[in-house]
Amino acid sequence: MSLDKATVAKIAHLARIKVPDDELDHLAGELSQILTFVEQLGEVDTQDVPPMTSVAAQTLRRRKDEVTDGGYRDAVLSNGPETAEGFYVVPKVVE
Amino acid sequence: MTGLTHLTMAAALDGLAKKEFTAVELTEAHVKAVETIRPLNAFITETPEQALAMAKASDARRAKGEAGPMEGLPIAVKDLFCTKGVPTTAASHILDGFKPEYESTVTSNLWRDGAVMLGKVNLDEFAMGSANITSYHGNVVSPWSPGEAGNWSRQLVPGGSSGGSAAAVAARAALGATGTDTGGSIRQPAAFTGIVGIKPTYGRCSRWGVVAFASSLDQAGPMTRTVEDAAIMLRSMCGFDPKDSTSVDLPVPDFRAALTGDIRGLKVGIPKEYRVEGMPAEIAAIWDQGIEWLKQAGAEPVEISLPHTKYALATYYIVAPAEASSNLARYDGLRYGLRVEGASLKDMYENTRGAGFGKEVRRRILIGTYVLSAGYYDAYYNKARQVRTRIKWDFDEAFKQCDVILTPTAPSTAFAIGEKMDDPIQMYLNDVFTVPASLAGLPGMSVPAGVGSDGLPLGLQLLGRPFDEETVLRVGQVIEKAAAVTATPPFMA
Repeated sequence: MSLDKATVAKIAHLARIKVPDDELDHLAGELSQILTFVEQLGEVDTQDVPPMTSVAAQTLRRRKDEVTDGGYRDAVLSNGPETAEGFYVVPKVVE
Repeated sequence: MTGLTHLTMAAALDGLAKKEFTAVELTEAHVKAVETIRPLNAFITETPEQALAMAKASDARRAKGEAGPMEGLPIAVKDLFCTKGVPTTAASHILDGFKPEYESTVTSNLWRDGAVMLGKVNLDEFAMGSANITSYHGNVVSPWSPGEAGNWSRQLVPGGSSGGSAAAVAARAALGATGTDTGGSIRQPAAFTGIVGIKPTYGRCSRWGVVAFASSLDQAGPMTRTVEDAAIMLRSMCGFDPKDSTSVDLPVPDFRAALTGDIRGLKVGIPKEYRVEGMPAEIAAIWDQGIEWLKQAGAEPVEISLPHTKYALATYYIVAPAEASSNLARYDGLRYGLRVEGASLKDMYENTRGAGFGKEVRRRILIGTYVLSAGYYDAYYNKARQVRTRIKWDFDEAFKQCDVILTPTAPSTAFAIGEKMDDPIQMYLNDVFTVPASLAGLPGMSVPAGVGSDGLPLGLQLLGRPFDEETVLRVGQVIEKAAAVTATPPFMA
């Protein structure tokens, strides 16, 4: 599988990572190399093989749906790069 | 009292119990050692004041007769574990300034048992790497590098991603360190630096409060200088945690009690597929030597087959980036760490993530995003999960014929910084022997087994049945004793 520059730009956009234009070609090469490497999995017969969801043979535990903790607004916000009035501040999203 | 930094954990516990020295004295010696090894760049954050305060409290507990199983032992913490009030970087620019408001379960367990924190150690960015050369905070240099410290003739890598942990323990600046292992990040650096590292069964150690890389693979474990120390530290790290949905509710054995040295009649699986093409002669030789040692101790080697071994790396390099791309979506410039402004919310996201992630992390997020995207999900991600099932089945079959599996840990000794850096696949091949057990969730340990022709450490890997760390540790100690490696790094505190 070979990825072109436009596809890499599209993936970068989906991943919300700004990639400078002059790095796209090099990145396309590297990603194509990795994809070519992983394509060998096509050789493996996986007919009727269930995709692994968990390595440990256990079902997920359930807990009671109840409040057990909370009241940490200031602690939660303490690492926010920009906060105000008990909220995170984001760039303007509506005109 | 420099001798204190060369003790094993077991010997330090003895000395503390006999009042030969105090936890404060032991910690002071290590704080000084941490300063001495600064040329290695092993620590991202040193916490000497906290260490001494913890040591003081430890001495007070001991005086009251309340000593825990790791009472007074100074250790280093991989900077992937959240530590309350102490910067936690994951070696990434994007976590600049992040000070967790909470403590990870594993480190909480260690402090509960009396351990003392010396600081936070370096790693590959978000634990993605096999050489500790992707950290935003700089490369870690192995204490095994030849030449004068700080002016080495060749700068060797300590392995990765737990490279700071490995370097600090090997250079005698910490009695042990926490590591995390997603595809070999405890075992490979342990092998490169001549120490012991065990990744327990998936589910043994809580992942709560550990910065996530690939959640179905990530597992914490200890890195120490002896197998006995690994048993001591593992016991403190493990345990059921309701806050981690994959934490397993099983009692934690006294791993130290499992070190009986008696492996008579044990069947040791030797997977024929691990004799990979182009395996260096000295790697093959140390493996054969390991088989011989176990035979002499009364174990019986049996050839086993793990037919899907050759597909493990490819499987890993789909599953791990896919999970990483999802886990790392949380770094959005809003809630913690770095923020680079932009004209719109979307621009702010893209600018922050563009500036905050290093090249290897970016590469893996992009691969992960691609294999999870519409139209490719089945062909890549689901296919990889199916092959992962077959890899697990291989191990299930193998463990019908054997009790433990012996392999080399890494395909070479440590290489120099700058080598293998142009080609990502070449770097990924470092993990060829460690990745399969990660995919299958099995316990795996690297034990020092000798030195190569270049004088650098070689490790052997033991893999066990799920939740049978005890057999892994017991057999590991037999190898450790038979190998009796005396070589030490040229640079030590």
